[in-house]
Amino acid sequence: MSLYAPSSPHFHSDNTVTKVMLKVLLALVPGILTYIIIFGFGVVYNILLAMITAVVCEALMLSLRKRPLLPFLSDGSALVTGVLLALSIPPIAPWWIIFLGTVFAIVIAKQLYGGLGYNPFNPAMVGYAMLLISFPLQMTTWALPITISDNYLGPMDSLNIFLGNTHVFDGISGATPLDYLKTQLKLGMTAAQIVHDKAFGVFAGTGFEWVNVAFFVGGIYLIREKIISWHIPLAMLGGLFAISLIFFGIDKSQFASPIFHVFSGAAILGAFFIATDPVSAATTPVGRVIYGAGIGILVYVIRTWGGYPDGVAFAVLLFNLCAPTIDYLTKPKPYGHE
Amino acid sequence: MIARLFAFLGGVHLPPFKDISTSTPIKTAKLPEQLIIPLHQHIGASAIPIIEVGQHVLKGQKIAKADGYVSAPVHAPTSGRIEAIEDRPIPHPSGMAAPCIVLIPDGEDEWIELAPHGKDYRQMDPSELRNLVRQAGIVGLGGAGFPTYIKHNPGPEGHIETLILNGAECEPFITCDDMLMRERPLEILAGLAIIKHAVGAKNCIIAIEDNKPQAIESLQNALATNPIENTEVVSVPTLYPAGSEKQLIQTLIGKQIPKNGLPVHIGVVCQNVGTCAAVYRAIEYGEPLISRIVTVTGDVVRPCNLEVPIGMPMDELIQQCGSTTGSLRRLIIGGPMMGFAMRQTNIPIIKTTNCVLIDAAQNEKFQPRKPVMPCIRCGSCAEACPVFLLPQQLYWYSKSQELDKLQDYHVFDCIECGCCDYVCPSQIPLVQYYRHAKAEIWKRERENEKSSRARDRHEFRLFRLEREKQEKAAKHKQKKAELNQPKTESSTPADENLNDPKKAAILAAMERVKAKKSQQNVQPKNTENLTTTQQKQVEEANERRAAQKDNKQE
Repeated sequence: MSLYAPSSPHFHSDNTVTKVMLKVLLALVPGILTYIIIFGFGVVYNILLAMITAVVCEALMLSLRKRPLLPFLSDGSALVTGVLLALSIPPIAPWWIIFLGTVFAIVIAKQLYGGLGYNPFNPAMVGYAMLLISFPLQMTTWALPITISDNYLGPMDSLNIFLGNTHVFDGISGATPLDYLKTQLKLGMTAAQIVHDKAFGVFAGTGFEWVNVAFFVGGIYLIREKIISWHIPLAMLGGLFAISLIFFGIDKSQFASPIFHVFSGAAILGAFFIATDPVSAATTPVGRVIYGAGIGILVYVIRTWGGYPDGVAFAVLLFNLCAPTIDYLTKPKPYGHE
Repeated sequence: MIARLFAFLGGVHLPPFKDISTSTPIKTAKLPEQLIIPLHQHIGASAIPIIEVGQHVLKGQKIAKADGYVSAPVHAPTSGRIEAIEDRPIPHPSGMAAPCIVLIPDGEDEWIELAPHGKDYRQMDPSELRNLVRQAGIVGLGGAGFPTYIKHNPGPEGHIETLILNGAECEPFITCDDMLMRERPLEILAGLAIIKHAVGAKNCIIAIEDNKPQAIESLQNALATNPIENTEVVSVPTLYPAGSEKQLIQTLIGKQIPKNGLPVHIGVVCQNVGTCAAVYRAIEYGEPLISRIVTVTGDVVRPCNLEVPIGMPMDELIQQCGSTTGSLRRLIIGGPMMGFAMRQTNIPIIKTTNCVLIDAAQNEKFQPRKPVMPCIRCGSCAEACPVFLLPQQLYWYSKSQELDKLQDYHVFDCIECGCCDYVCPSQIPLVQYYRHAKAEIWKRERENEKSSRARDRHEFRLFRLEREKQEKAAKHKQKKAELNQPKTESSTPADENLNDPKKAAILAAMERVKAKKSQQNVQPKNTENLTTTQQKQVEEANERRAAQKDNKQE
């Protein structure tokens, strides 16, 4: 008689990559709903197209690479990449922007590096960076939030915009608060004056602030579910907060408040959903803190002195580069080693 | 006494599955037709049989003696006839066969005359107590099977502050210690008092995971009626692997055992509750260790705990529990986290077998792993690791066979507890990779040793050849000198030769050859105006060349 005798442990949690990815998607739901309420229906088309493109590209690449389709398509990682990219793109962007970005993210940034688990860079951010560099106009024209816009973009309007008929609408787009702050500072206004503009809400950009609060809620859910650890989000937001507090303290007229920075742009989405992409992030506890804090500080540097209004994508990509070294230098001391 | 507990980092919460086997009291297993008693049931050297095939032995009679310091004797679990001393499959992960004594019980179960010493242990010297424990063949019953008497010897410099009684029993399914604590708390306490005296511990902690309230209560009640100085029952949080010696010590006293060290180095001795009860029976009644409590659980008709004679074949034991509830898929010895699966069922229970876990595909939560996915570096494994390793890196380097990197990342500190493996969302068999990696490193080290021995041998051979050559050369020189000496000393031989025309001719020929040779030896002089050192080098080179030529001619 010969029984099945595998190596220990003989016991395994029923956790799977699919479950992890589905929980990430679930955590994005409050943010997406708020997004729809504030910026119109466009994001829905973006998300759907990104998801479909991501899965189709994944399937094509897997078959080209002669990898089994079912386990890798059902892991949900392509969907997460697609949704995160769609959320980073302006809700009034034409379809081909989303399409190109997603193809680039999945084909180049993920599958050509070996697929799930082997990509050194966050695929969604690689796609985003490519788009931002190639199509700066489409990538920086954001929809106006419902709080200051006269017309809400419903399903039909959004479909029209999605298909590329942007010219039929007027007064639906504008600069993001971060962008506005930057240009106005250059024009010699003080930060204190700028934040009294109608583009600013209670504590950050009007409309944007509530989307970010909703992403924050989703992020807390991920930490509670132990899908992500608290290290990266806390360090990233802490780093961003700390450095903006320093400069805010030095000169209130030239620098925006820490709260504004934390709840503007992609900081919250980045801290909980993008910088925490396990494959490309640092993994040791100390390393995660360094990695997160570094991203937070770099985001501030790019926002304040760089050429782009927001810097999450570039900060994340730059720290993806550093992650292996950070991990190497922050090996924890094993039990009993003094 | 214990102000607070210290948390150890890492660990996982596991579904307990303990109540499956705790509904009935401990039963005594019926004697089987045959007992297979391995000679190697502990860490250390195998015991040496001291009986003959065909001999009749009594229950408790020593049938094999300890071989050296780290070893333990083996006793007959019942009376009967020695059928054979031969290789049989033993409970070992490799499924190997090893020497066993096969005993056919006669059904009388007749004890050998036990000789309790009749003294009060408190008046006895620790070394005397240790010897009794040793003679009783007691080894750690918690799983590792380290000879207990060695643990009781702190050594000349050792100083034991705390004796920890390990009743944590953190692996799912296993309940033998739980049931022992519920049913025989007095034996445990009596054993505790003896060990405390033997090791000279100042205080004692009985540590029990908080998912065993009945065991905690039982021991607390027993302690209330039989107080032992500076001893308390401590409930520790249920978190696998809380019962691992390293983690338990850290939880209780907040100290880590230094690398390559032992608990004794930080003034601690850790002892399993079952071992403790066995020590009591050995000291009080002179009974050797011939049975133990085993949990038979999982997909079996009547899961329970049984007092099982050492050597009981597992298939027989499973039959006594009403057989499996489905067709047997996995037979696991020990718990689901660190136990090992066997390929066959005709293996015996030994001193370290705490649990026989049966998987007959009936339990939804106890399934073989799902398909393996690539590592997504989520780091859940590192968070779960109780010894603070980076399992994701170890996995990476195990896969790429980078053995040096593996050692940099401390693969040998891995205790193979399985936490990383359990939590991995990609379902990667991490522990298997580490085991393989460790084996590869050992293999490489053996090979390195072999090749360095070979290199040493080769180098010595070269050295020897060189030495022989030099010796030869020296001898030749000496001989030559001896030959030349008479020639230069006097001209008589030459004169004699001149008298002999033949000899004279030879001598003349030799002279000619010599002259020719010296002509040949004249080197082309393109070396005018040399510095003294260069000149010296040239001369040395010429000398060497000449010496070589001499050697060749000779």
